[in-house]
Amino acid sequence: MTTLLTEAEAKRIIDKVLSFSKADELSVNMSGGRRGNIRYARNAVSTSGESTNLSLAVTAAFGKKTGTATINEFDDASLEKTVRRAEEVARLAPENPEYMPMLGPQQYLKTNPYAQSTADITPDFRAQATFDSIDPCRKKNLTAAGYMEDATRFNAIGNTKGLSAYNRDTSVEFSVTVRTADGMGSGYATRDVTDVSKLNTKDATEIAMQKAQASSSARALEPGKYTVILEPAALVANVDASLMAAMFRSMDARSADEGRSFLSKKGGGTRLGEKLFDERVTIYSDPTNPEVPGGAFSGDGRPQEKVTWIEKGVVKNMPYSRYWAEKKGVHATPPGGNFIMEGGTQSLADMIKSTEKGILVTRFWYIRPVDPQTLLYTGLTRDGTFYIENGQIKFPVKNFRFNESPVIMLNNLEALGKPVRMGGNLVPPMKIRDFTFTSLSDAV
Amino acid sequence: MGALGMMMPAVPAFARTVAPEALLEPGLDITVKKRLADAALNAAKAKGATYADVRIGRYLNQSVLTRENKVQGIVNSESFGVGVRVIANGCWGFASVGDARDESVVAKAAETAVAIAKANARLLTEPVQLAPQQGFGEVSWKAPIKKNAFEVPVKEKVELLLACNAAAMKNGANFVNNVLLQINEQKYFASTDGTYADQDIHRIGPNFTVTAVDPQNGRFATRDSLSAPMGMGYEYLQVNPSDKVGGVTTRYNMGYDMLEDITAAAKQAKEKLSAKSVEAGKYDLVLDPSHTWLTIHESVGHPLELDRVLGYEANYAGTSFVTLDKWKSKNFNYGSPVVNFFADKTQTGSLGAVGWDDEGVKTKRWDLVKDGILVNYQAIRDQVHIIGEKESQGCCYADNWSSVQFQRMPNVSLAPGKTPLSVQDMIKGVDKGIYIIGDGSFSIDQQRYNFQFGGQLFYEIKNGQIVGMLKDVAYQANTREFWNSCVAVCDESDYRLGGAFSDGKGQPSQSSAVSHGSATARFKGVNVINTARKI
Repeated sequence: MTTLLTEAEAKRIIDKVLSFSKADELSVNMSGGRRGNIRYARNAVSTSGESTNLSLAVTAAFGKKTGTATINEFDDASLEKTVRRAEEVARLAPENPEYMPMLGPQQYLKTNPYAQSTADITPDFRAQATFDSIDPCRKKNLTAAGYMEDATRFNAIGNTKGLSAYNRDTSVEFSVTVRTADGMGSGYATRDVTDVSKLNTKDATEIAMQKAQASSSARALEPGKYTVILEPAALVANVDASLMAAMFRSMDARSADEGRSFLSKKGGGTRLGEKLFDERVTIYSDPTNPEVPGGAFSGDGRPQEKVTWIEKGVVKNMPYSRYWAEKKGVHATPPGGNFIMEGGTQSLADMIKSTEKGILVTRFWYIRPVDPQTLLYTGLTRDGTFYIENGQIKFPVKNFRFNESPVIMLNNLEALGKPVRMGGNLVPPMKIRDFTFTSLSDAV
Repeated sequence: MGALGMMMPAVPAFARTVAPEALLEPGLDITVKKRLADAALNAAKAKGATYADVRIGRYLNQSVLTRENKVQGIVNSESFGVGVRVIANGCWGFASVGDARDESVVAKAAETAVAIAKANARLLTEPVQLAPQQGFGEVSWKAPIKKNAFEVPVKEKVELLLACNAAAMKNGANFVNNVLLQINEQKYFASTDGTYADQDIHRIGPNFTVTAVDPQNGRFATRDSLSAPMGMGYEYLQVNPSDKVGGVTTRYNMGYDMLEDITAAAKQAKEKLSAKSVEAGKYDLVLDPSHTWLTIHESVGHPLELDRVLGYEANYAGTSFVTLDKWKSKNFNYGSPVVNFFADKTQTGSLGAVGWDDEGVKTKRWDLVKDGILVNYQAIRDQVHIIGEKESQGCCYADNWSSVQFQRMPNVSLAPGKTPLSVQDMIKGVDKGIYIIGDGSFSIDQQRYNFQFGGQLFYEIKNGQIVGMLKDVAYQANTREFWNSCVAVCDESDYRLGGAFSDGKGQPSQSSAVSHGSATARFKGVNVINTARKI
């Protein structure tokens, strides 16, 4: 049996499962697909693999008690057995006072996060994409280490209240780090796409190569407050934590209401409606954006819609769980699947040209929370940090450790460039004044 | 990164949710596993593989998630499948398949692995050099646990967590999140070298965060548990007075008193709200093992991974400042003469303990830094020739049947001091210092030079005495300067393990569980920053 089911194939199985229900409510979640990857280092492939899987989870509810069981076999007898098992587990489970009844039929936006070109990827295709990245490095005596991962998946939900949802999506992530032979220079580039025909690993690698060569023999500057130009990869990461994603994911309404969030108000309540950022800061989610298409529904079946979280610096919306929204008597807006930050029209080169003195940051690394109260984070620059003077890149500089809050950063905004896709989101390069670097690192 | 992932309950890849009783059901019979393994090995050889190994893995997890007086969820999951790794035309290839109980399905995965290896061989620069490994025949290893956590009724666990949460609320907490994670890895390994190793590994991780809120001032403070995730069964939660370490707050060794710790945590979270904000500057640091494990992990464990040194992690976790020339010089001072680090895949109760690693090598203990001098790395079969070793050090691991195995950190620990020294006597000698307990914020650069660490509890030391609690503390240092500033390590009686379930490395990122032991240690003149900000 294939592991990538069509909507009709998934619905047929889900309807069969629902027909066995004896519970107050029953829901079925089916998912499957294929993931493939290729990894290289020292200009050669190090590991490569492929994995397929298909599974079905049944959740039964009696009152506020729920139980879940899962299966990988799809004959009628196995499906019925799974339903009975989920019902048994539910009967024995402790009551969850925050349980919310299952959703009925929903209206979903039409989104298109699937590309056949990505679903058709073969091991030979991955090897060629890797060759295109390694070959130019070998020719210039540079060393490439990189990674490409592709996924083709579907997810389908159905329940006894009439909810029915299906989504299939594809994604490809690519990143490469190029180092000089003497280990004194390092550059990085990353791309993520829905449609692999839009990925050119050679072009991305050439940017990393240029950065590696240009970053060699960096000079030390004193730590302190600097004007910085942060490239999109410094703001959102395909891997690990990042300043913008960390802030986006810290906006939960319940934490703010409970007094344990940067959005909690002194004296109680939240900072909804307050202007917390520079007025050029507008951030929203939109699953229908063709550059960063997302799924039409959240994990619990709620529709993903266009939601503005921050508009002209003002907090406009916060994500709610269904339980907390009901308690507070508000619409249960799910967390966004992607985020899109509005920017300007300037290119990175334009932003450099208009900078008197500053530091260009390719990316940040090992970003971790220091103080959740202020969203203070620490981390380091990596893979290409340069000093700018009078509109020109003058020389590479040694890496810095920073201690900074995205809230402070988005108040110290000087300029926004043209947004680009990063980790499934759209984010502009930013020029920020008074960014706090607290120490130097010898790392290259 | 090794990014240590967020300390959330991890569910293994492709896991399915099951009933609690299913966690006690036996997996496949060993004769069936051997038959499946042979099918994969034979299929790989028939397609031209010069080496193949197969891992048949069953991964069982249970998380009990609570907050205040509520059970948020009880998740029981099982993940079963087969991963096949081969060398063909001198190149590695890997393929895996879920829920594979049929020989033809496993054989097909082996064939896919060979096809992938051959597709990649055209980019080959040097063929894989695999260190020879004797076959051990049919062997087995079981973690020496006293009580399988899955045998304890869920009801009993829920009652324990809710009783602890109630104690926290009674003692001043506004919120408490309390999670108990239990893991059983049932792994069967077979290779063309002739080893068939059946292993049963258990881990347990109790973990809470208590929050105190001061709404008038719009401030909040948290205190996390001082427990360690352990390679133990439910006996870790059965309190034994000899496992407690007294002092400014109680710490724990091989048994954890959650009720006592959460009660203290609630009071301390409240105390933090009004604690003195630290004055930035140079301090002597006295670091408890509940804190030091993370500093060891990041600044010693990761930089001594040979794959990082060689550049295999350059695109993700990074490389290492500990280049081969430093090791070859035989006089690289990693730390002061009191600093001794050892790697150990056999330590009882540790997260990394197993009998055989995931490429069939028998595990052992070896020195990394001796009397302050760098003496060795951590390496696996396709790397050891680079450091002149004849056999692998046995630290190859994959986090799931669906993941390919690679070099992972063994338990790396700071050896206790050789002369008797208590924590009390260590503090007595400090004029201006900070005593740090528990792990907090952590960050280090991609070559492991510059780091910054926070903690859970900070106590100011003045003229040999603890004078009160501090907040907003983080220290920044350079790895080599830091370990060379280590002036004393307490004796063996203070040696304890800390660790993490979720050390991240590799692409796709894999999670590994690892312990780090130490006794309380003192460091001279470390740079401390104040982390308070206004937004």
